[in-house]
Amino acid sequence: MLTILHIELIKIFSKWRSYIGFIAVGILVPIIQVAMYSEGEQYFALFTQSLRQMFEFSGDLTNGYLIAFIVLNSLFVHIPLLISLVAGDMLAGEATAGTYRMILTRPVSRFSVVTAKFFAALIYVNALILWMSVLSLGLSVLFFGKGELLIIGSKITILQESDILWRFGLSYMYASLSMTTVASLAFLFSALVENAIGPIVGTMAIIIVFTIISSLDAESLDVVRPLFFTNHLVGWRMIFDNPPETSRILMSATILVGHCIVFYAASLGIMLKKDILT
Amino acid sequence: MTHAQPVIEIRGLTKDFGNFRAVDNLDLTVYRGDIFGFLGPNGAGKSTTIRMLMTLIRPTSGSISVFGHSLFTHRNEILRNIGAIVEKPDFYLYLSAFKNMELLGRLSGADTSRSNIMKVLELVNLHERAESKVKTFSYGMKQRLGIAQALLHNPQLIILDEPTNGLDPVGVKEMRDLILMLANEQEKTIFLSSHILPEVEMIANRMAIINKGKTVVEGEVRQLLLQGHSVVRFTTSEPDKALELLRQSPWSKFITMTDNADIMLDMERNDTADINEYLVNNGIAVLGIEAKRSLEEYFLSITKHSGHG
Repeated sequence: MLTILHIELIKIFSKWRSYIGFIAVGILVPIIQVAMYSEGEQYFALFTQSLRQMFEFSGDLTNGYLIAFIVLNSLFVHIPLLISLVAGDMLAGEATAGTYRMILTRPVSRFSVVTAKFFAALIYVNALILWMSVLSLGLSVLFFGKGELLIIGSKITILQESDILWRFGLSYMYASLSMTTVASLAFLFSALVENAIGPIVGTMAIIIVFTIISSLDAESLDVVRPLFFTNHLVGWRMIFDNPPETSRILMSATILVGHCIVFYAASLGIMLKKDILT
Repeated sequence: MTHAQPVIEIRGLTKDFGNFRAVDNLDLTVYRGDIFGFLGPNGAGKSTTIRMLMTLIRPTSGSISVFGHSLFTHRNEILRNIGAIVEKPDFYLYLSAFKNMELLGRLSGADTSRSNIMKVLELVNLHERAESKVKTFSYGMKQRLGIAQALLHNPQLIILDEPTNGLDPVGVKEMRDLILMLANEQEKTIFLSSHILPEVEMIANRMAIINKGKTVVEGEVRQLLLQGHSVVRFTTSEPDKALELLRQSPWSKFITMTDNADIMLDMERNDTADINEYLVNNGIAVLGIEAKRSLEEYFLSITKHSGHG
């Protein structure tokens, strides 16, 4: 299994498309940081305009933590597309290239091949999230320094400087889990079809459709809505609540893990029975 | 004739795709040391059979035994000793030939040392392009790389699906020599699917022709070619007289004379001696008899009789 995993990682990181995500994050994060560096004060003033009528702001709140939070919020919507590019190609790419005939005629089981591919996709996802965390948090703190984190949502949360870093750590871990779920879905589509475009489009379509359904104010959906994985993808935001609701976070994480297992098991079931005709 | 032990035994193999039966109760035996020609018209079920043999497709029913073990219960053990090209040779285009060999070799448990990979690449004359990405290769080069990956783990059985496709005449000759060398010097068993009938005729010792998913005929190539109707060429001392005589004989129906005055007869091969005797008894000296049917003629006749088209 480790041999196949190693081979799959070599294949992933030998492909140009695998670096699109890293390049995109590598370009976008510094752009956001530069924009915040030059116009951060104005942006922050605009953002807190209504609050300034009630509160007095002192100190530099446009710090590295705030920038990292903004980056995570901004990019998180787009990361699924970058993830799908690779995860959706894991099986379908072999079908398109005709290389199923090369790898599935070797003395290794389909279970091993599919499982190794799945874990290779997960390693890729985690590498991308790690890259994003290093760039967004590391560079932001390096250039903007540390400070308190002001989060304005349905309520206003101000986190002390000493109470922030662990939240980012957990947030990136949760973000990895969210993106692993997306990757698992793309992987499932990849097992179903024989070209790599289908899984990318399919994954994005599912995310969009479920997000729209989730936002519908229909009582009949109340029972199933909490089970939609799309409702839990941004669960990392709960980690910045003060205090964070551990049970809700764990419940969301469990639902995501459940989806990962179901998507993987379905992919495996499909591949074990699949006739390779390409 | 006694054979070595069977390497491949296929019994009652059937594959349905929905309502379409691609392979229909197929029986086949390939013996150790055979160069086995696997022939059939397009859509006969050759590729489906090979895919089932390589576990890419699950049979609807029937059994496949390789090296004396069931393929369904000893899959990995069996595949460790098979090298194959299934249809066209497809590789990871973004990797070099060497890297493709290394990765595929590792999956087969081959010796993936640089020296071994280069040795096999040299065998197919690709050693100078080892570091080139496969996307820069011609179809013929990919075909040769396909052979190389099939040989890397030193398998006992080699399954080649149209291995000369895309090769130039020199490449075809090299491939033929390579197959003969593998069979004769390294004692490999070769299962060769091909449309190029003269190739099979030149190198295979046994063959099977399948049509509409069924085995039409299976056996020694030489024996099969000697069965049934043949076109026999008679060279005689007096061609015109011989022609006249034969036109009055029971064999008059399918008789022609060639430009160089040889007489061609489409006849039962068993009648050759009788015709020879008939001519000699009538004072005609028979200078030569050539009775050999090409595989192509045989293939066409057998597939026609089994209802092709």
